[in-house]
Order: sequence, then C-alpha cells, then structure tokens
Amino acid sequence: MTSQAVRLFRKMDGLFAVYKPQGVHWKHVRDSIESNLLKALNSCPPPAPQLAVQFQLLSGGENSSSKDVVLSPSMVPTLADHPLVTGPQFHKVHVGVGHRLDAFSSGVLVLGVGKGNGVLEHLCKSHVTRDYTLEGEFGKATDNFTHTGRVIEKTTYDHVTLDKLERVLAMIQGANQKALIMYSQVDLHTQEAYELAVRGLLYPHGKSPPILTGLRCIHFNPPHFTLEVQCVNETQKYLRKLIHEVGLELRTSAVCSGVRRTRDGPFKVENALTRQHWTAGSIIQAIAHFSKATRKIRKSEMYKQTAGQLNSNAQVQEQTRSQTEQINQQHVELSSSTSDTVVDRETPVTLSEGRTKH
Amino acid sequence: MLLPKTGKLFWVVMHVCQRCVSLLLSRPLSAAGQHQRSHLILLQHSTRQPPVHRLSQGHSRETWRHFTDHQAGSPDVSNKTDLAQKEVVPFNSDVHRISSQVSLSDSQSIDLDVAVRASPLQEISEEEAVQIQVPSALPPESSTLRPYVDKSETLSKLVQLGVNLWELEQRPNVGSMLVRLDFHADVAPRLLFLKDLGVEESKLGRLLTKNPFILTESLDNLEARVSYLKSNKFSKQSVAVMVTKAPYLLNFSVERLDNRLGFFQKQLGLSAEKTRDVVTRLPKLLCGSLEPIKENLKVCELEFGFRGNEMQHIVTTVPKVLIANKRKLTQIFDFIHNTMDVPHSLIAKFPQVLNAKFLRIRERHLFLEYLGRAQYQPSQPNYISLDRLVFLPDDVFCSEVALATLEDFERFQKTL
Repeated sequence: MTSQAVRLFRKMDGLFAVYKPQGVHWKHVRDSIESNLLKALNSCPPPAPQLAVQFQLLSGGENSSSKDVVLSPSMVPTLADHPLVTGPQFHKVHVGVGHRLDAFSSGVLVLGVGKGNGVLEHLCKSHVTRDYTLEGEFGKATDNFTHTGRVIEKTTYDHVTLDKLERVLAMIQGANQKALIMYSQVDLHTQEAYELAVRGLLYPHGKSPPILTGLRCIHFNPPHFTLEVQCVNETQKYLRKLIHEVGLELRTSAVCSGVRRTRDGPFKVENALTRQHWTAGSIIQAIAHFSKATRKIRKSEMYKQTAGQLNSNAQVQEQTRSQTEQINQQHVELSSSTSDTVVDRETPVTLSEGRTKH
Repeated sequence: MLLPKTGKLFWVVMHVCQRCVSLLLSRPLSAAGQHQRSHLILLQHSTRQPPVHRLSQGHSRETWRHFTDHQAGSPDVSNKTDLAQKEVVPFNSDVHRISSQVSLSDSQSIDLDVAVRASPLQEISEEEAVQIQVPSALPPESSTLRPYVDKSETLSKLVQLGVNLWELEQRPNVGSMLVRLDFHADVAPRLLFLKDLGVEESKLGRLLTKNPFILTESLDNLEARVSYLKSNKFSKQSVAVMVTKAPYLLNFSVERLDNRLGFFQKQLGLSAEKTRDVVTRLPKLLCGSLEPIKENLKVCELEFGFRGNEMQHIVTTVPKVLIANKRKLTQIFDFIHNTMDVPHSLIAKFPQVLNAKFLRIRERHLFLEYLGRAQYQPSQPNYISLDRLVFLPDDVFCSEVALATLEDFERFQKTL
C-alpha cells in the first residue's frame, strides 16, 4: 500500500517551464521550487505507525508482593514511528535546470523533476533554438554592457535611423548565416543541402560559437530599441555584447537594458509558471501539459541513438533533421504568439523571409 | 575468567559503549548491590561450559547473569537516565529468585550443578514464564534517537509534548545530551518553571525544539534572569511572550541582557515604556550581536538620510528594520525613493514597506506605472498608499488598486 506522499511523488516526473524574474539567481529559483515540492510531499499524512506488543504490569490485588504481578499484553503504537522522531518522509526531490539564465536576464527557464532530468539532458544536447527579446538604449557604453554598469563613454545618437539599424542587422545576419553553413558541415553546392537550408533545418554540429539564426528589430524609438533574436549555443552575456556591437556599427554606443527569453525549444512563455504558481499542484499540471513535448524530445534522442548504429552518416543527419523539424515547427512563427500588450510590433516576418534578405 | 561462547558475544557488544547502556539500565542493577555478586560468581563458575545451543529462556538467564556481573563491577554507574519503573520490579525479583534458589541448595547440599543447570525442557509455571525478562537489545551507539524513544521516559515525554527529536538529533551532541537527561530530576522542574512563567503548553514543544539547552541551564540562573526582567517592569505576560518568541533568551546572562537593554534605550533615544514595547515585540534583539544593529542604524541615518524622529517612528512601528539584511534594505529603499519618487516623510509614515519583498514592490509598481495609476502623493487624486501597495494579496490588489484582472497582472509579469 503506497502512502499518499509516494503517490504524489510519482506524479512529479517530467519537464516544465518557469518564468524566472529579473535579478534572481537561477539557483534560488531551483531551490525554492524544490522546497515547495518537498513541503507539499511532507504535508501528506504519514503512514500508520507500527504496533508493538507491550507487557504492562498490573499488581494482582492487595498482595504487594512482586511475585503476584500480572503481565497483560496490549498493542501500542511505537513512538519510534512518530513523525517527530522519524523526520519528514521526503528529504530530496531531484530538480534539474536546462539552459541557464544569468541573474540579469529574465524569461523561460526549463526545469526537470525526477525522471524528467534525463530528458533534460537530451534537450540540452539537441539543437533546439531559443528566442530572446533584447532591449537596448543608445547613448552610452558601460563596462558590463548593461544599463546598471559603470559608464565608460557617452555618445550622441541623433544620426541613427531605423533604416541604418536594419542595414546593420542584415549585415550581422549575413555573417551568422555564413557561420551556420560552415559549422553545419554541409557542402552548399549540393541540392540536398540547398533544400535543407531553404527549409531552415541547418544546425551546427559539435562545438560552435553562438550563432544567430534570426535577428530583427521590433521596436525603434530612439534612444530605446528592441531586437528579437533566435539563436543557438548562446550565453546572455554574448547577447548583451551584441547590442553593444550594434551600437558600435552605427557609430554610437548602446547598452542593454533587458534580456528576456521568450522560448526555449518547445517551451513558450505563455505556459511558463509565474512566481505565484510555483506550488506542487500547478507544477504537476504544467508537467502534464508539457508531457507531449517531453515525449517527442525523448523519442528524438532515442531515434538518434538507434540511428547512430546504422552505417551512413547522411542517413542519421536526415532522420535527426526531420525530428528537429518536427520540434521546431511548433515554434517557427516568430513571436506573434507571445501575448504582449506592452510592445507594439511590426507585422511578423517569417524566418525564411529573413534568411533570404541578403 | 573464561566466558562461554554465547555470553561472550553479548559481552563484546555491550562493552563498546558500556556507559550509555549502563546509564539506561543501571538503576535496577545498582539496587541489586554487592550481595548478589557472590552468588552470581558462584553460578558462573559452575556453569562454565554450557551447551552452545540454548533456548532463549536459558540463554537470557545466562546472558543477563554475565551482564549483571559486569555492571555490578563497573564503577561509573550514574543515575542520570531512567527506565520505566515497571522494568525494575521483575528484574529484581528474578535475581532474588535465583539467589534464593542457590541459597536453598546451599543450605541443603553443595550440589549447585543440579539446581542451577536448568534444562530447556524443564517445565516452569506460568508466573515464572511471565516474569522472565529478556534484556533489551538497545544498541550502545546509534545515529538516531529511534531505538531509545520507546524505552526512555524522557524521550517519550518530550515527543508527547511535541518536541521535534529528529531536528534536534541533527545538531551535534544534542541527541546524547537528551538521552542522558533524567526526567524527574532535570526536565520536569524546568517544564514546571516555564509553565509558571506563563508559557502556553502548546508552545513548549516548539520552544524546546529551538532551544534544548534550557533543560541544562541551572534553575537559579533562570530565576535570576526572570526576576531581572521583572525588576525592569516587564509584565509577567510580556516575559512569557518574549520567552516564547526568543527561546534562547533565558540562556543569556543578566549582564548581557542589561547591556542590550541599555544600548537600545540610549541609541534609539526612546522612553523606557517604548523600549519595553519594542523588545517585547522582537525579543531577538536581546539575543543577537549588536554590531549588525549598529550598522543598520548608521545606514538608515547616513545613507538613507532619515532624521532622528523619523528613525524612532520607524523602529517603533517595524522593529525588524534593525535586524534586516543591509543589502536588501538598501535595495528596497533605493527603488522606493529613486524609482518610485516617494519622499522620506512618506516612507517614514509607512515603514512596513521596508519589510516587504523587493520583487513584489517592483512588479506591482511597474504594473501600476504601465496602467498609469502609479500615484503615491497623498495630495493628488487616485492616491495609492504604500501599505496598500505592498500588503494586499494579489487578487485584492488587482481588483481594487490596479482595477485590472489577475490574468492581466500575470501576463504583465511575463513581460518584465
């Protein structure tokens, strides 16, 4: 007979997404989620205590002589099974973190619980892209590329127009495209490679520097501007540096005032849990919601592994590309899905259009 | 002396930490005294080579015979721990019985082998069977208190009071200390003292879990400290409340308490009545070190720029500001004063806001700003007071203050 706590624990297996607030270290998020789950598990009623036979002495009548004592057995619950003596039923829940977010950034953070941690590894190894929204500000340059850092220089930005910005972004995109083709190790003179490139299924193999697969400007209101990026293998510091470099290319300087991840693979921001919902009930619901995506990730990795036993390398790439296509197709429309009452957006531009721009 | 094989194992196990076990089982044995010893030694010599396979009855008699011999010989038997009284009676009676048997046989003839070498197939009466005591297999060492809880009166009574023994045994040496306490000599007088003080019985468990060392503090010291507090015109009720909120309070010496009370009165410049009120609401002030408090006061005065009377008002309303984390306090004040543009006078009027979580203040303020309702000046229309900003739960805040739905607020949170 499993106890209620064990039944609840068995439901905690899978992946879910959390919206990390800005200014909070990802470890604190992971720790508070784990302590919330443990609190829910340990608040379940403990299993019934074991009964032990205890012989209790009752003196036999007037005779105070010890020889006439009567031992009567009775079943008494042992204090050794009392929750104050045994402690909580659960001491640890394995909660793992996917692609980390540093303290300055906010956004979707994928966490895995229990058996989901294995799938988390597959997610990290897979070639899913991530979606970021970068807020920038022209006019100053700081030491750590953020608006809170020590200001190093101040510049004017009157000469900056949307046209110039878009030209700079196109140039950066071009450079990234070349890097993508190089690291994906395909020969673009072949027909198959061309078709893959058109469908957007190129991804870097092995170790590669951060590559932006998509880049556009959503909002331009000097000195503030907002960029949207899809990237692979990135760090948030690289993205802030990107803003700085955009400023440099425009012959001014820029700092980053916000990095916000809106998508991590199939995990989007609408379904990420905000701080009020970091409780066991909501987490289990979110795990159930993402179970389909989790299963796909697990299957794609298993497929990759079994396919790796086949002989041809090209076959492997073809099959894994089709798997990645399936995962990526859920999120190929850019950002229009993020419900955002704040920022005005241009009409969404699809990925392929952005690619053929240069 | 040569020990028979079965007994030797038992001997070795017991010898590892003989003190612990001796403390548990010493009472009845010390009562047995020396005069048993001669009989028992006689028995031992006579039964030097018993058969290896024995029923538990004979075995138990053999083993605790060795055990009693070992215990009676040990010099450092102390009476700190206690077993349930019920275990004392049959034990003695059994020893008596054997010795009476032996003396009988002695008087009749010196044929000890016949009387004492009890055959396992020998029939015994019901009373005898019922009175056989198997020695408790208490481990001499254990990493938890679980094996000892059922046997020790102190531990059982503590569990019934609500003391979290699991938490206490994580702390080094506390478990051994609790096992060694004697309920009637140590624990009961102090529990009665706390009850006389006015501490509620339901809170005793939590108090002892936080501070088990109150059970080893001498009663004279405890009474001296309580009388000191009462002489400083703390009412009986407020002393009880203080002890409940700060379990370590009565472990501090009178000089230390005096020193701290004097510091607070001098530094804050409050009247005696107000100092008493502040200390009653946050007795932790008397327990911790004074350095962080001095730093916090300096920060409030110099960095934040609060005037003397504003400081007094803040401390009397929210004493927690004195022991708050300096960095977090600075972060909150910086946001409220510089980003939200709230003047010092208004912050001093609502000091609870300095106690709130920074993320909460930030999210709610940005939401109000986005909606265009961030109005914190009392003179302007649509004024929102700082305490309502911070202390209302989310749904009430959204419906009354922000005039939006909870979903809107959550969607806004995901854009920050």
